[in-house]
Amino acid sequence: MEVRDKIIAIIAEQAVLEPSDVQMDHTLDDLGIDSLGLVESIFAIEEAFDITVPFNANEPTQSDFDISSVAAIIAAVEKLVAEKA
Amino acid sequence: MHRVVITGAGTINALGHDVATTFEAMREGRCGIGPLEIRDVDRLAVQIAAQVRGYGEHEHFNRQQIALFDRFTQFTLLAARQAMQQSGIEFTGDLADRSGVILGTSGGGLSTQDENYRAVYEEGKNRVHPFIVPKLMNNAATSHVSMEFNLRGPSFTVATACASSNHAMGLAFQMIRSGMCKAMLTGGSESMLVFGGVKAWEGLRVMSKDCCRPFSANRNGMVQGEGAGVFVFEDYDHAKARGANILAEVIGFAMSSDAADIVMPSKQGAARAIAGALRDAQLDKTQVGYINAHGTGTAANDKTESAAVADVFGAHADQLMISSTKSMHGHLIGGTGAVELLACIMALKDGIIAPTINYEEPDPECALDVVPNVARDAQVDVVLSNAFAFGGLNAVLALRRFS
Repeated sequence: MEVRDKIIAIIAEQAVLEPSDVQMDHTLDDLGIDSLGLVESIFAIEEAFDITVPFNANEPTQSDFDISSVAAIIAAVEKLVAEKA
Repeated sequence: MHRVVITGAGTINALGHDVATTFEAMREGRCGIGPLEIRDVDRLAVQIAAQVRGYGEHEHFNRQQIALFDRFTQFTLLAARQAMQQSGIEFTGDLADRSGVILGTSGGGLSTQDENYRAVYEEGKNRVHPFIVPKLMNNAATSHVSMEFNLRGPSFTVATACASSNHAMGLAFQMIRSGMCKAMLTGGSESMLVFGGVKAWEGLRVMSKDCCRPFSANRNGMVQGEGAGVFVFEDYDHAKARGANILAEVIGFAMSSDAADIVMPSKQGAARAIAGALRDAQLDKTQVGYINAHGTGTAANDKTESAAVADVFGAHADQLMISSTKSMHGHLIGGTGAVELLACIMALKDGIIAPTINYEEPDPECALDVVPNVARDAQVDVVLSNAFAFGGLNAVLALRRFS
């Protein structure tokens, strides 16, 4: 839950929403987060969890890091945090 | 050839956060120089500057904007908003396509560079914020101004050290005069008062540790300032048709290169730029009533500039007034010509010549009327603004009172 709450807080801040407005099946588009907002979110996630997110803005769909929904981002971060430990 | 007029002005600098406050400070001969308040100032030999005080970025910009706007961009946008408001011009349709933004800066987002070099080198961090590049780039301010006000024509940033703003404004003037553009937002900005920025200048040993005293025999160097000045330059016919209030007319511009030395100024290079501006404006030298000097307060600049003025104007050099407002707002490096253009506008519009303050002892090598210490009431019809940069790049503007 801790990972999930932190990520939702980061995404909510980028989207200028309350965390309670962010739903698991939302895409970044749904939340109005553009490409700059995405890289800023990834930076915030890296800072929060001290991990390196494998994401290249040139080919976002080719990355190992799935950003297709809020739930996918949370799952991907949980995996990275687990690998680090 | 199209006539070019100024229909809006904005600024934030050590003398004030708008044009009215800056004019008032210039009239009163107020000094904006004080103790420098930045991180690690105790490791600097130079501990004074003309800093913008009482400024809170959160009062003007939201979190997302602050993530993208370096201090020099913030200053630029604040000045541009004031200029746009005064001018009343709106950029839509064809006018937007034929109007642009040309701004000067030397250091660009130097605070952003300084902070992030500190993070990776001093603090050993391996991760930096993703917006550092778009925040620090020299053209960031120009781009954000073009976005905020929808200027879609020729837009770029000029970096010619201390002449950046004059070069920028000169090019904006030429583009309107030639008919290429209808209106331009132009001027410049600088925010170099960070540890790395001041330390680098310290290394040159041209900075004063106590005060800026241009043209005074006991002058001992320049003092850095920060801030921005932005103007709306507009085709006269366009301004007239929409009933705009006109602050002054821009009538000439010239540039030259000393092609001599990377730091020492040349009398000939400066004189060629001054004479070139007179020629470009089709002026007789006796028409010039006031020159806003480059007047840095260094030994080399002030005597070289005085000699260049004496050379160009001959006997008339003793009739005109020349002052350095850097004594008040400091040297804004790439933004300095823009803030100094305000003193030119004040002279033409209000008939008040801003003084050279902190003037204590006459220097026979600077034997001109430098309007020492106290502002003077005088009606002048034509003024010049000098800028002579490191690297020997000179840019001089000529303006006329609009009536």
